Order: sequence, then C-alpha cells, then structure tokens
Amino acid sequence: MGDDILSYNGGVALAMKGKECIAIACDKRYGVQNRTIATNFTKIFQYSDHCFVSFCGLATDVQTVSERLKFRTNLYELREQRKLKPNVLYNMLTNLLYERRFGPYFVFALVVGLDPKTGETFIYDSDNIGAVSDNVNLATVGTASEYIFGLGELFFKPNMNADELFEATSQALLNGVDRDSASGWGAVVYVIEKDKITVRELKGRQD
Amino acid sequence: MSERYGFSLTTFSPSGKLVQIEYALNAVNAGSPAVGIKASNGVVLATEKKSKSLLHDDRTIHKVESVCKNMGLVYSGMGPDYRLLVQKARKLAQEYMLVYEENVPPTQLVKRIADVMQEYTQSGGVRPFGVSLLICGYDYDEDRPFLYQCDPSGSYFPWKATAIGRNFVNGKTFLEKRYSDQLALEDAVHTAILTLKESFEGQMTEDNIEIGICDKEGFRRLTPAEVKDYLAQIG
Repeated sequence: MGDDILSYNGGVALAMKGKECIAIACDKRYGVQNRTIATNFTKIFQYSDHCFVSFCGLATDVQTVSERLKFRTNLYELREQRKLKPNVLYNMLTNLLYERRFGPYFVFALVVGLDPKTGETFIYDSDNIGAVSDNVNLATVGTASEYIFGLGELFFKPNMNADELFEATSQALLNGVDRDSASGWGAVVYVIEKDKITVRELKGRQD
Repeated sequence: MSERYGFSLTTFSPSGKLVQIEYALNAVNAGSPAVGIKASNGVVLATEKKSKSLLHDDRTIHKVESVCKNMGLVYSGMGPDYRLLVQKARKLAQEYMLVYEENVPPTQLVKRIADVMQEYTQSGGVRPFGVSLLICGYDYDEDRPFLYQCDPSGSYFPWKATAIGRNFVNGKTFLEKRYSDQLALEDAVHTAILTLKESFEGQMTEDNIEIGICDKEGFRRLTPAEVKDYLAQIG
C-alpha cells in the first residue's frame, strides 16, 4: 500500500563501531512496493575521506537528499579549504532536514566517521526531520531496522578489530534482511580504518 | 517611507577609480590610530580611545569588541558604522555555528564581513562603510592565530603586524623595525603600546587606550587594571 511512505521502496542500513574502525553496510534492493525493480541501488554515500552517510526511505528522497548534501559539502570544502569532520557533517545534515520541517524528506540517515589522526569513531543516527542521536556503538535505519538491530546487539562486542567488525556487521545485515520482503538482494559493506577503506559486496539470498 | 534607490551611488570615475571608496579611506585615515600585531601564540589589538571631554564616562563605551569566543575586532574611522559591522559580524558568527556546530574559523568570518562591506559599494542607495577593521582570531584546526585588515572596499589582507588610522605610515614603519616572528604575546602587547605612543599626544593612561588579546583560550579585552600594569612596565 502507498500508505506507509517510508516502506514504499524498502531498504536498510546498519553501522557498527570497532576499535579505531567503523563498518557501515546497506542492502541493494530498489523496489516499488512488492515489485523488485533493481538490485544495484546502494544507499551509502561518501562525503569526505572518512565520512559516510547512508539514507534509507523513499528512493527519490535518498537520491535528492544525498545530492543536496553533496552540494553543501562541496561548497564547504571549496570555501574552507579543508575536509569535513563527522560532527560538522551531521550538523549540516540536521540543518538540511529541519529546513523542511513542515514538508519533510522521507529519509532516515546514518552518519558515520573516523578521525584519522586520533582514531576516534563516530556514529550518529538521524530521523527525517533532523533529530540526531548521541555518538552510539550501533545504529540501524530502514524497513528491516528492528530485525537488524536485534542481531547487531547480539553480535556486537566492544573494541572489535576490522575483520571481526566486518563479520559482525555482515551477519547482522544479511540475516536481518531475510525477515523483510522489502530489503535484501545483496549487500555492500564499507569498513573504514585510519589508513584504508575496504568495500566488500556480499551475495545473500536473492529474494 | 522613501523607497530605496535602485542604482548604486558608488560609480566609476573616468580614471577607473571608485571615488566614494577613496573618500571612505580618507575617513579611515582621519580616525584614531589602531594597531594589530600577531605573535607566535596570539594576537593583540590596541587603539587610542581619547574622549573629547572630561565629562565623558570612558569606561562604558568600548572600541575593542569580541565577535565570538575566538575572535575580536577594532577599527579606525566612523564609530556608528563600526557598531553596525560588529552586530553583523556577531550574527554571521552565530549563523555559522548554527549550521556547522563549530566555531567559525577566522578566515571564513573575515570573508563574510568583507562581503558585507563590498555589498555596500555596489547596492542601491547606500554608501560604503567609513571604517577599516582589524580582525583577530584563533583557528583551532590550524592551531594558530590570524590577523586581518578589512577595508571599506571589501578587500581584506592578512597581516603579521599593521597600523591603521592617523599616522598609520609611521606606525607601520615602526612595526617593520620592531616585528619578529618569534615575538610572544607579552612582547607584542608592549610593542603595540609603543607603536600607539608614537602618534599619541599627551599622557597615555589606562582610560585612553584599549587593548584586546586573542590566544588559544579565546579573545578578551584587557581590564583597565591590566592595561595600567603594561603601561607601568613600559615606564
């Protein structure tokens, strides 16, 4: 039904913290209610060397908000001649979303980042009108967010290294989306460390 | 209510000059002297604040003003124009904070203030500001102090040390001799006072000069008692 705008297209994302590393993962389904149209619709966008945002919700808004945020971050980098920090990025996003407080975008966001000098990790979770959480260990957004949250809590351990973090994130995402008809059809996982970023594509149940 | 003019009052002369801006600079050069010096660990701003009458309550009005936690201003030229710019600068700094949740870096605020000043040279029915500003700030990302001058035209210049207002040429010559990259903030304050003294008529006291300093902790105006101590050290 076109009743629930946030589940019209489906999709899910998850972010988890490790020791001086962060993982962010999303599914690849693009659907219109119960029809799957494409299986290459990733929902994670990069805004700086170590800052990523994932948007889940109405697909048109996923595209528009990610592009409009890119507009603002590009100008920031040109004007200030420096790269974005995670807390500045989430604040810009909050601003962007709240500007449409009474006619909002239908996307929920995850902002993740790493400070390459100190190794400090950031995960922020935002609703569609810019209410941001504190810096958390685990966050999920999307139609299967509750299922993935449960699995995420199960697999999460503090201070995981990059490989353990990848395993925990992947398992939580892949198994969580199996319970949701509107998410799945493959996944992408980014593991962000101080000196490198590893992107892996996962093949899960193709249904 | 008269309607705004649609055309700018600042127009080119045949020789390619914007005469209104030249005149604005004349207003600046007739104003009381102000000095700015960038030390290795901070910036000092100093200005003459002479009252025209003994009846003036000196301590109520200030020339050296803070814009936000890490930035301050001083001027030469027309006081009322300065007041407006201070208000605009403060608002711009807060707008930045609202969007980015970070203290505005000095370079960014200077650009925005200079843009305001430039606007008034190209908008309908307004005149340029009759002030030059000295803007000091501490950049937490780059971990260093900054000193900028902003002119009525909207041009801005980064300085290691500079003087504006009356006798600024002598002031700058004096600073060229005295300035060194290794200057610490304490020495910079002394040098600033000595520079002001070059063009000062009469006795310098803690009530007829104003000093502001900006370091890693932020910007603050020195109290008259602190100024008195510095003056005593100079003798």
